[in-house]
Amino acid sequence: MITRGEPLAGLTCDQMVTYFEAVPDDDRVFKALADPTRRFLLDLLFARDGRTLTELESELEMSRFGVMKHLRVLEEAGLVVTRRSGREKLHFLNPVPIRLIHDRWIDKYTERHASALADLKAELEE
Amino acid sequence: MAGTTDGTRTVQVHQVSIRATPEAIWEAITRPEWAERYGYRTPVEYELRPGGTYKALASAEMKAMGSPDVAVEGTVIEVDPPRRLVQTWHPVWDAETSAEPVTRLTYEIEPGESGVTKLTVIHDVTDAPRVAAQVGGEIPGAGGGWSAQLGELRALLEAAGNSAAGSSAAGNGAVTPDGVQEAGR
Repeated sequence: MITRGEPLAGLTCDQMVTYFEAVPDDDRVFKALADPTRRFLLDLLFARDGRTLTELESELEMSRFGVMKHLRVLEEAGLVVTRRSGREKLHFLNPVPIRLIHDRWIDKYTERHASALADLKAELEE
Repeated sequence: MAGTTDGTRTVQVHQVSIRATPEAIWEAITRPEWAERYGYRTPVEYELRPGGTYKALASAEMKAMGSPDVAVEGTVIEVDPPRRLVQTWHPVWDAETSAEPVTRLTYEIEPGESGVTKLTVIHDVTDAPRVAAQVGGEIPGAGGGWSAQLGELRALLEAAGNSAAGSSAAGNGAVTPDGVQEAGR
């Protein structure tokens, strides 16, 4: 795994860097989720989507700037998508990155669990 | 204002970044041979002009559950290949969704850096809570909704792109679903 250490910066392949910048990868999603305020913001959007910054801000004991910062992290991770509607900027929850993580990290283990149970059942019924 | 007051999500936004050209994504959405390879695995028939009809044909599995031959009906509203497609979308695969109003679906395809393209699906499901729950992936066993569809679409297109890039006959980047060994896993 490449670290963001200074000495390595000159050796990093440009193309790879651009790729990782452009594609919201698992790291960004996990980092975005590793904060209670950001998870709370996602829960707010899950309950009701398409909210403005002002609406979201009113639910939190936090400065407008602070909320904006958290929303930016969520947006960079692909978890929040913004759309313009007239003069307003609306925030939507994008569940796709979580689904992809689920497929990559959770299905794998639950499937094994399920197949182990199926094997056990088959064995017991023999 | 897109939000609602009763807790129902009336506009759903799903977005995915795919390492594929906008053209490849456009084809995967609008051509029947692609649409059979991901998501609900239903061949689609598009008349790609404003006012044209859209049909998603029921899979054997859907028919077994009582769906008519055409599972989703719609009308094309706006066509701007390979960037934007707007249509109505009315699933008639069960009595409940049939009874709900017609929904509106927008696909936006936006090229980004390094061959990564952003696909955004905006689904206005106002007053159609049953459809909203299904496409929102909230109903177990109903296919996982847009999240699952877009995840599978990405896997399919990236696998097709990789196999095209790997073959010596990789021409202008055109990919076909036939070249794919496995996708969606």
